[in-house]
Amino acid sequence: MTDRKTPLLDELEKGPWPSFVTEIKRAGKKSAKAEDLLGQLEKSFEDKTGYWKHGGIVGVRGYGGGVIGRYSQKGEEFPNVAEFHTVRVNQPAGWFYTSDTLRKICDIWEKHGSGLTNLHGSTGDLILLGTDTSKLQPCFDDLSDAGFDLGGSGGGLRTPSCCVGPARCEYACIDTLDVTHEITMAFQDYIHRPMWPYKFKIKVSGCGNDCVAAIARADFTIIGTWRDAIRIDDAAVKAYVDSGMDISKMVVQKCPTSALEWDATNGKLTLCAEDCVRCMHCINVMPKALRPGVEKGASILVGGKAPVVQGAMLSWVIVPFMKLEPPYEDLKDLITRITEWWDEHGKSRERLGELIYRKGMRYFLRDMGLEPTPQMVMAPRTNPYWFWWPEEVNKG
Amino acid sequence: MVNLDVNGKQIGLDEDGFMINPEEWTEEVAMALAKTEELEEMSEDHWKVVNYLRNYYTEFGIAPMVRKLCKDTGYDLKKIYELFPSGPAKGACKIAGLPKPTGCV
Repeated sequence: MTDRKTPLLDELEKGPWPSFVTEIKRAGKKSAKAEDLLGQLEKSFEDKTGYWKHGGIVGVRGYGGGVIGRYSQKGEEFPNVAEFHTVRVNQPAGWFYTSDTLRKICDIWEKHGSGLTNLHGSTGDLILLGTDTSKLQPCFDDLSDAGFDLGGSGGGLRTPSCCVGPARCEYACIDTLDVTHEITMAFQDYIHRPMWPYKFKIKVSGCGNDCVAAIARADFTIIGTWRDAIRIDDAAVKAYVDSGMDISKMVVQKCPTSALEWDATNGKLTLCAEDCVRCMHCINVMPKALRPGVEKGASILVGGKAPVVQGAMLSWVIVPFMKLEPPYEDLKDLITRITEWWDEHGKSRERLGELIYRKGMRYFLRDMGLEPTPQMVMAPRTNPYWFWWPEEVNKG
Repeated sequence: MVNLDVNGKQIGLDEDGFMINPEEWTEEVAMALAKTEELEEMSEDHWKVVNYLRNYYTEFGIAPMVRKLCKDTGYDLKKIYELFPSGPAKGACKIAGLPKPTGCV
């Protein structure tokens, strides 16, 4: 380790929070790559500019994705980060590991890379940060031997991702872990050999609380729900009220569709199931008294994305209710039809939501063979980007 | 930057092994680039893909989308990966002397 001074980065170690600077410094004692990373980052802070080049195409044999090329503009000054590629490793559904597994991954990464990891990236993958082109294939071979595979990158299916689901959460209306695993296995080719106009993300949440933010981040969103009515345990409702909870204020008045009614005289909570939109609010407030119904399945939504071309979009409902049971043939069939349609009609870098927006929901539903229903409501959109006139762009 | 020696002529490559000046492309250059992708021989199938990419690029100024490549050559993606193990972008486009695709990650 050098005695490099990093006064600007040191500021990020102050305060009661965990600090990535502290972690990179720790890694720097063992890894020259981590050490140079710190040096380049300090320089970036000094100069107020980033020093990674744009893009880079590297990979391993037989795969078109899973590795993201990163090159430094300051390779001479920081030779150990001249090549600093990122490897995306497909996470187990719901991010459950044994300690042994994590140690194995860290050992492989210390052998072939910087030792720095990001668990987990916003894609959901295990992100291994920083290695050389020549180390990619041996690293991948070792990961394969340990039972791991790469995740998605580029214009293809990204690593499917889900919430912890029934493994840890009583709200889960579907087995998010199994659905995600099944989708991952069924669409392997589309993950590893990207062939679509742009990225395509599938995320699975077990209930309307949507802990993986599938509605905002996935082109194809699966959210657990129920078809019948919320189950109400009258005695438990009474217990909440007796303990001092203001049920009118906290629950009934906050129901977005006024589907709940509280009869204070008789101590009875009633639900108009037709009006309920399964938003989860009342269940979240009174989990001991209220539960999802018994006829469970999922709502399928499409079109969510972050703001690039058309601005941020939330997914909107196309199938209000689908039973989700192994082997999930209806679901897989729908994914296949939608991605085929998008691949056929989409322009380069056009996400599914943008294509539907451009061509019209009418055409999309017709081609998918779906009947329009009142639940199909396009989400409000916003676009925080300003599109400059060409002559206003400083190309220097 | 590295140089690729093709019969005595030095061809400049970027860090990913793509040609810096695509106009220097010749069939000999393609064969030398193929070796950097661990392809020992360029078969008729390889040339069909490479020539298709070059023609498309000459006409439209961009690389075709993968679906178009598969449709127009009649090869499915599996076949493309058999021919070019590092895939259409990193393998085939590189050998065809197309500028590096600016993929989004």
